[in-house]
Amino acid sequence: MLKKRILLLVAIAIGVVSIYMFTLLGSSPEYVFSRRATKLAAMLLISCSIGYSSVVFQTITENRILTPSIMGFESVYILFQALIIFIYNGSEVHPLESHTNFIFSVFLMIGFASILYLALFRKGKVSVYFLLLIGLILGTIFMSMTGFIELLIDPNEFSIIQKYLFASFNDINTNLLGISTIILLSTLIGGAFILHKLDVLSLGKDHAVNLGINYQRLVQISLLLITVQVAISTALVGPITFLGILIANLSYEFLPTYKHKYTILGACLIGIIFVVGGQYLVENLFNMATTISILINCVGGIYFIILLVKSRTI
Amino acid sequence: MISIKNIDKKYGERSILNKLTINFPKGKVTSLIGSNGTGKSTLLGVVSRLLPKDAGHIFVLEKDIANISGKAFAKQLSFLKQSNHTHIRLKVRELVNFGRFPYTRGKRMQEEDHQKVDRALQFMDLEEIADSYIDELSGGQRQRAYLALVLAQDTDYILLDEPLNNLDMRYSVQIMKILKQFAHEFGKTVIMIVHDINIAAYYSDYIAALQNGRIAYFGKTKEIIQPHILEKIFGLEFEVIEKNDRPVCLYFN
Repeated sequence: MLKKRILLLVAIAIGVVSIYMFTLLGSSPEYVFSRRATKLAAMLLISCSIGYSSVVFQTITENRILTPSIMGFESVYILFQALIIFIYNGSEVHPLESHTNFIFSVFLMIGFASILYLALFRKGKVSVYFLLLIGLILGTIFMSMTGFIELLIDPNEFSIIQKYLFASFNDINTNLLGISTIILLSTLIGGAFILHKLDVLSLGKDHAVNLGINYQRLVQISLLLITVQVAISTALVGPITFLGILIANLSYEFLPTYKHKYTILGACLIGIIFVVGGQYLVENLFNMATTISILINCVGGIYFIILLVKSRTI
Repeated sequence: MISIKNIDKKYGERSILNKLTINFPKGKVTSLIGSNGTGKSTLLGVVSRLLPKDAGHIFVLEKDIANISGKAFAKQLSFLKQSNHTHIRLKVRELVNFGRFPYTRGKRMQEEDHQKVDRALQFMDLEEIADSYIDELSGGQRQRAYLALVLAQDTDYILLDEPLNNLDMRYSVQIMKILKQFAHEFGKTVIMIVHDINIAAYYSDYIAALQNGRIAYFGKTKEIIQPHILEKIFGLEFEVIEKNDRPVCLYFN
C-alpha cells in the first residue's frame, strides 16, 4: 500500500511536470522551453527543501501545525528588503544587485537563526518551545517594523517591497540557482543521514533520550539544516514556507507510515505537484494576474481550517 | 548496582531532591513509595538522565553516568515515564521495535532483535493486537505496549514510573510477576514507583520511602512495611496483617 501510494505520487508529479514543460509552448518553443526548464529546476529544488524542512521541523517541535516560518526567517528577509529600499530611496528598481542581495539575505537569515536558536539552545536550559516563542515575537516585531517603513516610503517603492512579500518563480537568476542547487542538495543528502534518528524522536523527547538519542545534538543539526534550507529558498524565490504545513500534513495523511524517509519523500512529491501545478495555472489560466503564493495560500488556508476542525489530536 | 550519592535537584528555588543518597541492589525489585511531590519521579528522571541534576553523582556498575555515552547508556538502563502518548500513527509491533534501536541504530533488525521483540510482546500479552494502531487501543493496552518497548530494550536496569497506570487488577498482578521474574531469573534490576502499597509490599524485594527529597527509609520489604514507619511516611493510620507470611496493609479508616 505504501509503495503503491508513493508510486502514485511519483506518477502524478511526473504528469504535472510534463504538462508544465510540454504543453502550450507557443510560437518560439525553444525559448519558452529553456525558460521553463530554469523555473522547473528551481521549483523542484525548493519543493524538496520545503518538504524536508517542514517535516523535520514538525518532528522536532512535536507539532503538526507549525512550519519553519514561525522562526521568523521570512520577516527578517522582508525587513531587510524594506530597509534597503528605504535607505536607497528614489530608485525605481531594487538598489542591490541580485547577487549581493542574495548573499546578504542568506547571511542575515542564517546569522539571525544561529545567534538565536543554536546559541540559546546549546545551553540546554531552554526548550524548543521557548525558542519558537522568541522567534514568533521577533518575527512580529520585524513585521511591524516593515509595516512602519512601508508607511514612510512613497507608493512606488512600496510596490517594490510588495514584490518581496510573495514568492515568485518568474525571474530566477540562473547563476544563483546553480549555487543554491549545490547547497540545498548537499543539505538534503546530509539530512538523509539523520532520518532514522528522527523516527525515534517522533516518539517524543523522553523516549528518544531513553533510546540513546543525543537530543540536543540532533535538534541542533536539524535546526541548522532547516535554517540553511529556508534561508536559501527564501532568498531565491521569496517567502514560501507556508507551503510546508500543507504538504507535510497531506503526506502524513496519505502515507500510512511514521518513517521519515517516506513522509519526507511524500511531502517533496506533493510539493512538486502543488508548486508546478500552481505555476502552470498562474501562467496559463490566470495570465500572471495572480501569484503562486496566493494560489497556494488559498488551498493551504482551506486545508488548515479543515485540519483544525477535523483533528482533535493536534 | 546503581549508587546515588548526594543528589541535589532544584526547580527554581524549590528543592526537590536534597542530598539524596541510596544504593539500589542488583537483580532485585525495589519500589519507591512516598506521598505526592516527594521527588520520586524526579529521582528516576535524574537517574535516567532525562533531567539534569544540580549536584551529586550517580554510578552504574561503578561508572559515573555523566561519562557514559548516550548510545552505551541506552543499552544499560531504560526508563518508562508516567504518561506516554505519541502523535504519530504507529502499530504496537512498530513501537516495540523501537526498543531495539540502541542495538540496530536504524539498521535492519537481526534475528536476535526480532526474538527480543516477540518475547516482549508475548510477556505483555500483546500478540493478538500487535498489528493494531496505538491510538486505537485502550489506556491499559497502550501502557502494556510501552512496557513491552522497555522489555525489548533488554537493559540490565529498568526504571518504571507508575507502570501499573491504567491497568486492571489482572494485568497489574501479571506485570508485577513478570517484573519479578525479570529480576530473579534474568538478573535485571527493577526500580519502580508504586502507589498501591499492597502491590509494593507483595512483589518488591526492597522498598525505599522518600520524604522531602531524601530517602527516609530503605530496607527489605518486611522491615519497611511496619505500621509505625508507614504512618510516618503517609500520615495515615496503618494496620499490617500477615497472610501466608506476606504483609497486607489496611489503611481505610
